[in-house]
Amino acid sequence: MSTQTSTGVKVEEKPRRHKDWGSKLVQYAVNIVLVCFFAFPLVFMIMSSFKANDQIFADLRSLRAFLPVGELSLANYQAVFEKSKFFRFLGNSIFISLTTIALALVVNSMMAYALARLKWPGQRLVLAIIIATLIIPAETVIMPLLLMVSRLPSFSLAEGFKLGWLNTYQVQIIPFIVSAFSIFLFYQFFRDIPKDLDEAALVDGASRFQIYRKIIVPNSGPVFATVTILTFIGTWNAFLWPTMTVQSENLRPVMVGMQYFFQQDTEWGEVMAYATLITIPVLVLFLVFQRSFVQSIASTGIKG
Amino acid sequence: MRSKTLSLISLLLIAAILLAACGGAAEPTPAPAAPAEAPAAAVEPTAASEAPAASSAGGKTALGLWTHSAGNEGEMKVIQQMVDDFNAMQDQYAIKIEAFPQGSYNDSVAAASVAGSLPCIIDLDQPTVPNFAWSGYVQELPVSQELLDQLTPGAMGLYKDKVYSLGQFDVALVNYARKSVLEKHGIRIPTLDEPWTLEEFNTILQTLKDSGEFDYAIDVNAQWTGEWWSYAYSPMLQSFGGDLIDRSTYTSAEGVLNGEEALAWGEWFQSLFTEGYANPKPADDQCFLQGRCGLWYTGSWSANDVVKALGDDAIFLPAVDFGNGPKIGGASWQWGISSTCEHPDGAWQFIEHVMQPENIALMSETTGLVPTTAAAAALTESYKEGGPYRVFFEMSDRFTVLRPATPGYLRISSEFEQAGLKIRDGGNVQDALDDAVDAIDQNIQDNNGFGF
Repeated sequence: MSTQTSTGVKVEEKPRRHKDWGSKLVQYAVNIVLVCFFAFPLVFMIMSSFKANDQIFADLRSLRAFLPVGELSLANYQAVFEKSKFFRFLGNSIFISLTTIALALVVNSMMAYALARLKWPGQRLVLAIIIATLIIPAETVIMPLLLMVSRLPSFSLAEGFKLGWLNTYQVQIIPFIVSAFSIFLFYQFFRDIPKDLDEAALVDGASRFQIYRKIIVPNSGPVFATVTILTFIGTWNAFLWPTMTVQSENLRPVMVGMQYFFQQDTEWGEVMAYATLITIPVLVLFLVFQRSFVQSIASTGIKG
Repeated sequence: MRSKTLSLISLLLIAAILLAACGGAAEPTPAPAAPAEAPAAAVEPTAASEAPAASSAGGKTALGLWTHSAGNEGEMKVIQQMVDDFNAMQDQYAIKIEAFPQGSYNDSVAAASVAGSLPCIIDLDQPTVPNFAWSGYVQELPVSQELLDQLTPGAMGLYKDKVYSLGQFDVALVNYARKSVLEKHGIRIPTLDEPWTLEEFNTILQTLKDSGEFDYAIDVNAQWTGEWWSYAYSPMLQSFGGDLIDRSTYTSAEGVLNGEEALAWGEWFQSLFTEGYANPKPADDQCFLQGRCGLWYTGSWSANDVVKALGDDAIFLPAVDFGNGPKIGGASWQWGISSTCEHPDGAWQFIEHVMQPENIALMSETTGLVPTTAAAAALTESYKEGGPYRVFFEMSDRFTVLRPATPGYLRISSEFEQAGLKIRDGGNVQDALDDAVDAIDQNIQDNNGFGF
């Protein structure tokens, strides 16, 4: 079929509806493949958490691995609560994560504010040094850091003053408050907020801290959400550092607790049940902050 | 605005106070007691007196004990009972347990060693003992010859012929089979005195392959990584006549890991996969249990699963004699005393207590692991004469070759694994072994011979 335009050029008229359907089908197909790619490990984890070891292995070679079929029970979840101090570990991780996030948001954003909005000597050098630290792998500093924290003075109600931070909550929190990556994220975002707002506020008699609190923070929701999620993931997934610095069972976070289930004959159903339980908070947090997280990534150009 | 600022500052202050208040150990640790006697191989602790090696509690001197058994209900139950018994039977010391999960235990111990915060009593994976001894983190045990004479070879952790650790249990390498399959194909059932020979074993593998009943004739767990390679496959190498290192000097692997015998082992091992007898990369370890493999070369720890799956048809066969007698790996987790322990006499009393036959038997009965003395084996249902798992004890006692007692073993093990993987994947055997020897020798040189 063809029609003639006002300029006299003949244009082939395509069946638009069919084209739309075609592209939508392709789009949906791609999306479905992607959803499967990302969702199948989670589905496998959740389904396996209700199955016994024998059944997990028997189902492994078919799609049954992803389906709630066979003998399902809550025995693995029961074992999780019996074999480990799950709620203690969960409470520790929540406390450590929330405290680290709260302090990290304040400290890193204020640092970034000073770098992005204030003028002071050596500002660019400090920024360059902070960014340079991004290329240093954590593994290279972990032993010196361990030696350092084992010599730092600390105070607790139970023991009073003592030497060494090992086996404490603060050793799992304080070293992870300041993050060069978070400062960089805040810096990038703050830099794009119009400086006219600062100047207007200064004219009205606002202090620098008031500008930070009343103007910068309220206009930076997405970056605060991003840093919240990234800090949370880092602290929630912490394994090596607490393994090295925490000996008391009562202070262990969830990731170290996961190791309780890797024995000579590992019961994979219990591992999956434990993994399911500790994944839920991460998913919830991500869903809560999803919109801001995506917005921040889009605006800063940072890929997680 | 000012009030909000004050609120924010107050919140931060509260958080800081909370941190400090909650920051202490979960349970109070009393002040350290006065040192009793200098440890045999003392090193200067990096963090003076904060090491929780010993402290006073309720009139008794508290001794810390770390174990890798968190999450292992059986082992934890026995350790708790042994500690309770020890604490009740004397007035001087009180043992306090801190349990770690096995997967992260070695990292925790290594970090605590560096930070100087090891407790008095630690359990150690036996192959790591020489390294801890060489580094000065554990001390020699005052063990009597009488006790040593009672132990199976895998019960000791040695470094330069001195004993640094003692273990209550061991595991054995074994070939699992179905009696019905062996009988059906006319395969001789080997005994401890007459194990399969190399030629016989090759014929058996071919027979099982030709039967068409199995995906693979044998499962050797070649998908497992880490120390499994040296634990499981170096005994085969040793049975061929090679070894991981020259044990007369512990300073070179030249000639033993890449000599004629080692080459023969490597070529045979490679043929397992090139001939299709074994799967080089199985997806799981269920091949034998699900009837897809004819034999299964693995540890005694799987005996209960095999019996559960096969019942009376299950049969446990000794390692193959590849020319120099059957060999199996040996030694598991063992008890040692840290160099920073201020009361090594109390720690040694505890280790002597756990090495009593009754306690070794209790551990074995609860966990199913192989006991390390004949007296203890006699007290168990599984390992006494005529017991269903007696063969594992006999194999541990007769065929065990300990992993090289050198601090360089961890590197040796890693290099042997790399060589094994290359061989498994069809690489040149001689090159793979030569590369391993070069890396091992270089590491020994870099560390000034590891004290040898």
